[in-house]
Amino acid sequence: MKNNLLFDFTVDKASKTVFVNREFDADLSLVWDAFTKQEILDQWWAPKPWMSKTKTMDFKVGGKRFYAMVSPEGQEHWSIEKYTSISPKSNFKMLNAFADKDENPELPGSDWDLNFSEQNRTTKVSIIIKNESLARMEQMIEMGFQGGFTMTLNYLEDLLATLSK
Amino acid sequence: MRRDIFQAIADPTRRAIITLIALQAMTPNAIADNFNTTRQSVSKHLRILTECELVKQEQQGREIYYSLEINKMKEIDRWLNQFRKIWETRFNQLDQVLSTIKKQKK
Repeated sequence: MKNNLLFDFTVDKASKTVFVNREFDADLSLVWDAFTKQEILDQWWAPKPWMSKTKTMDFKVGGKRFYAMVSPEGQEHWSIEKYTSISPKSNFKMLNAFADKDENPELPGSDWDLNFSEQNRTTKVSIIIKNESLARMEQMIEMGFQGGFTMTLNYLEDLLATLSK
Repeated sequence: MRRDIFQAIADPTRRAIITLIALQAMTPNAIADNFNTTRQSVSKHLRILTECELVKQEQQGREIYYSLEINKMKEIDRWLNQFRKIWETRFNQLDQVLSTIKKQKK
């Protein structure tokens, strides 16, 4: 696997917008499928040990994906993604909102704009996420990733830093 | 009411105040001299920043000096870093999924 693949993550606190850019060592149609087909999405969307469980997904304009992030203890945090625009293998846009298990959205949510492009057999994905408030981003972390996932990573990082001294 | 720390730094004047007092502790009058706005308006911004614990006050003689709570600012960066880590992990998982699919196709 190539190690020089781009990854950058920036946050504009003033406009409450997150920018994520990443390159993948795969062709465009495969990366597009990975973002738009539920059987592939569920394999990587949730950072382990969390699991992504898509209950329904209808990838078309006006369609939606209703899915849960499932904790190792089996706790489910539901979300709805509603597709507002699709240009195959180039761009899609969606509205994301947390929801309860009966598919009632918790507004406000966030606006997602995902761009895909290929160059020299590397596919670049650029994601722009506009949030109603940065407090919502905080909620996103608390809801989906409580249970010590990120804490564990932070502890591990500290531990490794200590051990390598 | 618990103030939203990110709301606090979403305001351009408050960000400018943070930048100013990051260099040295200042009195409200000295801070206000840097803005085309009323002393009252600067006081209001300072009150919000204080409520968010982004700045601290210190009495020196007759004057009150405001300075930046560096640790609180670091807290914001740590928090954003968690968000970054989620994406990093997610994409590393996707790398593996993509490489598995490519192998299956061959």
